Amino acid sequence: MRLRNFQIYRGDNNEGTMEQYKTEVDQGMVVLDVIHRIQAEQAGDLAVRWNCKAGKCGSCSVEINGKPKLACMTRMNEYGADETISIRPLKAFPIMKDLVPEVSWNYEQNKRIAPFKPDPHKRNENGDYVMMQEDIDRVQEFRKCIECYLCQNVCHVLRDHNRKDAFVGPRFMIRLASLEMHPIDTEDRIPDIKDSYGSGMCNITRCCTDVCPEHIQITDNGIIPLKERVVDRYYDPVVKLFRWLFRKK
Amino acid sequence: MNISEIKTIEHDVIVLGAGGAGLRAAIECSMQGLSTGLVCKSLLGKAHTVMAEGGVAAALGNVDSRDNWKVHFRDTMRGGKFLNNWRMAELHAKEAPERVRELEEWGAVFDRTKSGLINQRNFGGHRYPRLAHVGDRTGLEIIRTLQDYGIHQGIDVYMECTGLDLLKDGDRISGMVGMWRETGEFVIFKSKAVILATGGGGKAWKITSNSWEYTGDGYGMAYEAGAELMDIEFTQFHPTGMIWPPSVRGILVTEGVRGEGGILVNSEGQRFMFDNIPERFSAETADTEKEAARWLEGDKDARRPPELLTRDVVARAIRKEVKAGLGSPHGGAFLDIASRRNAEDIQKKLPSMYHQFKVLAELDITEEPMEVGPTLHYFMGGVRVDPDSQMTCVPGLFAAGECAAGVHGANRLGGNSLSDLLVCGKLAGEGAANFVQSGQSEPDLDETQVKAIIRSATDILNRESGENPYLIHERLQDTMQNHVGIVRDDELLSRGISDIEILWDDFHKVKADGSSQFNPGWHEAISLRNLLITSEAVARAARMRKESRGAHTRIDFEGERDEWLKVNIVVRKSEDGSMSVETVERENPDSELERIANLSIEEIEEEVSREAAGKI
Repeated sequence: MRLRNFQIYRGDNNEGTMEQYKTEVDQGMVVLDVIHRIQAEQAGDLAVRWNCKAGKCGSCSVEINGKPKLACMTRMNEYGADETISIRPLKAFPIMKDLVPEVSWNYEQNKRIAPFKPDPHKRNENGDYVMMQEDIDRVQEFRKCIECYLCQNVCHVLRDHNRKDAFVGPRFMIRLASLEMHPIDTEDRIPDIKDSYGSGMCNITRCCTDVCPEHIQITDNGIIPLKERVVDRYYDPVVKLFRWLFRKK
Repeated sequence: MNISEIKTIEHDVIVLGAGGAGLRAAIECSMQGLSTGLVCKSLLGKAHTVMAEGGVAAALGNVDSRDNWKVHFRDTMRGGKFLNNWRMAELHAKEAPERVRELEEWGAVFDRTKSGLINQRNFGGHRYPRLAHVGDRTGLEIIRTLQDYGIHQGIDVYMECTGLDLLKDGDRISGMVGMWRETGEFVIFKSKAVILATGGGGKAWKITSNSWEYTGDGYGMAYEAGAELMDIEFTQFHPTGMIWPPSVRGILVTEGVRGEGGILVNSEGQRFMFDNIPERFSAETADTEKEAARWLEGDKDARRPPELLTRDVVARAIRKEVKAGLGSPHGGAFLDIASRRNAEDIQKKLPSMYHQFKVLAELDITEEPMEVGPTLHYFMGGVRVDPDSQMTCVPGLFAAGECAAGVHGANRLGGNSLSDLLVCGKLAGEGAANFVQSGQSEPDLDETQVKAIIRSATDILNRESGENPYLIHERLQDTMQNHVGIVRDDELLSRGISDIEILWDDFHKVKADGSSQFNPGWHEAISLRNLLITSEAVARAARMRKESRGAHTRIDFEGERDEWLKVNIVVRKSEDGSMSVETVERENPDSELERIANLSIEEIEEEVSREAAGKI
């Protein structure tokens, strides 16, 4: 069988090079299979994260020919037989080693979000929460998120402007949306969404939505409605006047 | 090497593994006031639980009000061919509903019934629709809920840290040595208790639904620390794994496909499960396509289709068709949902299956049947624990989830794993809290133990040359696949054992190239010890059990044998370092539990409805 050409980033955050590898590709292989083959046969210490190999855990996010993708769900037959395939780690985060990014910042953001706070009055006489399917469809869409951080990786605010101090990124905007739109959550999240998590930073270019492997409508169904809720609260002149009139003395 | 240079982290309890069981155990420990450290090999939220698809079994009775813990318990015992630990199966069935409701309190969003309650679906071996679910991504929902709740409970999480071995102070646990995957540096966790929640060891097989993490770490560590492994010969082959293309071989196809009406057919289009109904289940299984169709339409008087028989039965049936030359082109069976449900329903009920086949196999499951075959999926056996506290025979050492033995006996029902994680995870947390708070003094660390553990890890890097860890692993996978597979006999197993002995020799010469920083080759080499212990234990126990029961099929000893129902097989490390395998008599069951498990379906339904009427 003919050998195919690959370039893979080898190095850490300070220095690294694109190393050349040649290997065979069998029918049905995905990019992660190629990485594993190179690892087993040529570069035992080539670092890559992976777990489920079925697009369910979001571990193997990389940039393939410049496009952020899950390596386990990218088939080799998407590329021409003569094409050299380049594989790099996610750009928006520091590089731990080779294809492994340092993503702990994301875990810190998640921890900042106030936990779910259910309304005990929404229980029925048997103690069960009653929620209608149509009221949770949207929340379930957001909860499909596998935390692959591809959306974080392409968000201009994080990738190009490195404003991790000002914006939690699309992943956590939809996490916030899943709480804010949860039928039994009682926490008031709007002030923090505006001030602490930076909803105003997103300029809705929809790059995050484009790369989401779960096809979550991050921008249209998540971020824009949150922005609207912020606007309704803080910038609606009628509400503003009403609040001013009935403000707590 | 001076161990004072190695960072020591102190907690009351260390939980190893952050899947459902580990997270639930850590939450419980923290709630009970323990200082809790949670150590995991991957990033938080990526553990195997994330791949569970179909649902979590709990007798909530939201869809069929006839459901009750007794029926769930009876189903579980029958599915496990009565080898389950009676008390554990009881606790599991009784406590599962509360554990599921608690998840909702913590933010989980399950699919709903028309009246707004948690919806439940049918699954193999469960009498009623019992699996609370979220489409076909229930595991993700559970792990994310536990993760997002857990991070606010004061648990310290140590991600991408491999547990190497346990430390002991005399007989009891004093902690664990770990290794940060990023830097290759070592770390000592000093603790009064350790809860193992490391899952199973499916990576010893070639065709498996398991990820790289499933290397039997908990089994290896427990074994080395003097704990016992029980019923480890019972390894579940899930009947429906993907088989084509080769690179996706083994990836799971949820039982939910059959729960939603999917059928299995052979190359001649024959629905072969009707010819494979075991006697024990014949009274409760439809014997005509007509009746099965009525069941799918919701007729409560119709019996279940034979595709929903337990996994051991379905896996063997597929294998039989293939052997008879009636397999699909790539050596499996056809799983057809396309002709049973409309495209919209399929996409709504089974979105990730649709996506998985579309991308990985270029196949539209709403139009064409899938090709499926058995894949190593789950360990019913594991670390032997006390049913109430989940503690092993080593004081301070606990185990929960797939890592522990007991709930599932000889075969696990689909959906009973997620409920096991939650129920037994909580029990282990309580057990550890009771143990730590019972006035345990501070354990002492033994420097020699620490040094020995570190040395066996660094030797792999420091050798001048040696065996390639990836190749040793590949050979082990071939051996287990070919000799310790879905159908076994004495000759195959003996060959497997002698192969494993050779692999042990090669393992002692294993060499990883490169530095200690995020070095997958080194990590692979380190995990080989646990894989080998696990594999040897499975093969030896399988050779000892001279009967066929549940997931353990011996062609030289067909059928269940009563004398083997009286014993568990227990594996431990003997004084001379060799592996001891022996039978241990089981305790007599509680008479009430025995009565419930042996009721006919008519009797139990009558009893449950009488009780329900009494309540009103």
